[in-house]
Amino acid sequence: MSDAGARRPKLAVWKFASCDGCQLSLLDLEDELLALPERIDVAYFLEASRATVEGPYDISLVEGSVTTPADAERIREVRRVSRRLVTIGACATAGGIQGLRNFAEVEEFVSAVYATPSYISTLATSTPISDHVAVDFELHGCPVDRHQLLEVLLAFLAERRPAIPNYSVCVECKRRGNVCVMVAHGTPCLGPVTHAGCGAICPAHDRGCYGCFGPMETPNTASLSGWMRGLGAETPDLIDAYRSFNANAPAFRAAGEQAGEAR
Amino acid sequence: MSTDNSTRRIETSYLARVEGEGAMHVRLRGEEVEAVELRIFEPPRLFEALLRGRDLGEAPDITARICGICPVAYQTSACQAMEDALGIEVEGPLRTLRRLIYCGEWVESHCLHLYMLHAPDFLGYESGFAMARDHREVVERGLRAKKAGNRLIETVGGRAVHPINVRVGGFYKAPTRRALEELRPELERCREEALQTVRWTAALEFPELERDYELVCLRSERGDEYPIDRGGIVSSRGIDVAPAEFDATFEEEQVPHSTALHARVRGRGAYLTGPLARFNLNRERLSPLAVEAAAEAGIGAGCRNPFRSIVVRAVEILYAFDEALRLIDAYEEPDAPAVEAEPRAAVGHGVSEAPRGLLYHRYEIDADGRIVTARIVPPTSQNQRSIEEDLREFVAANTALPDEDLRHRCEQTIRNYDPCISCSTHFLKLEVERL
Repeated sequence: MSDAGARRPKLAVWKFASCDGCQLSLLDLEDELLALPERIDVAYFLEASRATVEGPYDISLVEGSVTTPADAERIREVRRVSRRLVTIGACATAGGIQGLRNFAEVEEFVSAVYATPSYISTLATSTPISDHVAVDFELHGCPVDRHQLLEVLLAFLAERRPAIPNYSVCVECKRRGNVCVMVAHGTPCLGPVTHAGCGAICPAHDRGCYGCFGPMETPNTASLSGWMRGLGAETPDLIDAYRSFNANAPAFRAAGEQAGEAR
Repeated sequence: MSTDNSTRRIETSYLARVEGEGAMHVRLRGEEVEAVELRIFEPPRLFEALLRGRDLGEAPDITARICGICPVAYQTSACQAMEDALGIEVEGPLRTLRRLIYCGEWVESHCLHLYMLHAPDFLGYESGFAMARDHREVVERGLRAKKAGNRLIETVGGRAVHPINVRVGGFYKAPTRRALEELRPELERCREEALQTVRWTAALEFPELERDYELVCLRSERGDEYPIDRGGIVSSRGIDVAPAEFDATFEEEQVPHSTALHARVRGRGAYLTGPLARFNLNRERLSPLAVEAAAEAGIGAGCRNPFRSIVVRAVEILYAFDEALRLIDAYEEPDAPAVEAEPRAAVGHGVSEAPRGLLYHRYEIDADGRIVTARIVPPTSQNQRSIEEDLREFVAANTALPDEDLRHRCEQTIRNYDPCISCSTHFLKLEVERL
């Protein structure tokens, strides 16, 4: 896919344990998609193309978590051939929903699904990419927001820092002019401790935020847990609220453990 | 890939343009096909285990994450299984919305597959990007339709990938009539263009392959409804059962070469689910516009060539636009966005037609509304056996093809199914080995 003129940066998209939803967000940029190859050489993107170009790659997008011995090796190889490595989504940045195995016995999990567990090769844990290799940028969300994904790509092309705000969903919610579901309806909401990026879509639909973008920077989970108990949340509900798509993000992991200890 | 006098082995380590990861292995001894294995090595994510102990209300959000391409299918089957357990029915405008958001997903998923993943095979391109260099207008039309499907999902569901507005009993907030009305001009335009897409796919060249599948899909209790969001399970060989009979009718077994379980009809064998099954068993229930387009495309009397599934998908895209417009016309804003119910200990079953086929969920819940056991049977694991049989038949008839051509055709044979390997709740590389 080489064109005459200036060399276009080479993009690779890699998949580990995941649902494909984050790389699909790239294909969901319907208005920008066909212009993409004019600026970027889509060198390795198996979901979209059987043509592959050898590395090294200027930028690698990595979706998914590490859950098998083979993948723990593969991510090192991906790092080796990538000048910049950006992880996208809750699986790649926090281990994803499959990270719930980290709170259980994986052998028991496997035997609950498969009649012959010995055929299945899997690790005891689901871990984020940053547990295995150095990561240049993490884009949060389950799934990532496609406009934020485009911003990250453009930023790396321009060799600048992506403009991705670190504040909470609460800020987006106020900007959007939503009525606070917690104050007005008494609905438990993770918005105060959750990373912005979704556009506060859950409160806009009369529902509490369920934390799919993971923790914001320095979240005050202890305070929020107190408020949620005040609204009638029982300990198991509180633990489950923190233990979902970003269960292994350190701040949510700690908040879930604290909720359990306060029993 | 290697060739010598006695052995021939073709290998593709990662199968491209499918969702998820898989490989194929074919072993030939002379002209004899010894083995065909579709290997799915998508890392197991163990959803059925991790769902245990969670609140029943979380099932739609958690199971959506099985597949980013068809989350609405997972949400719908999960909601309906829970509603079955709770003894509630979702009817009227809430059911209209459920079918409407599902139409959006059919459009989005089918357009992605048709234009970006499947059509390049027929025209000799490596990708939709490469195809767009020579067929820009065609690909742009596809992306426009896909975008309209995504806008429909966003309007009803709040987000295109993993919608947030779907819940057991209905929705968190019902969209206004006006919000849906605003979609109409674009949906009408895309319906017109979908007709062109049917004609365009019908003019492609198709390899010969007619298979006598047992076709399995849903059939609505209403005679004028093409199966999308609900129905009983029927087959071309006489199956006609309620969703609760799924396990009594089909069985799954584990094979060493795949992390996906293989399904079959009990006492028989492979079956096919997805667009070909839906179309052949329900085509008289399509809208008049879609019936006419199918007839014009030469499949009015049915279609058993898996390569022609691209034409059937084009017809289903047209139908989904037509049906979405009809549903928007019929929509009245509901009094409440959801039917509420108290938890009770029970078992529930839910089925719906994911873009790539039948999707079955079964949950056992306790008196507090916590999930005790979960079972999820995605369409691709149901189709694995049929994919392998297609490959076996296709390879046997085409052993004279050079390795590279055979490999490409085998990949295409797999892509006919739009396999979604991420749906590997329990769940491609291509090798042809010639001995």
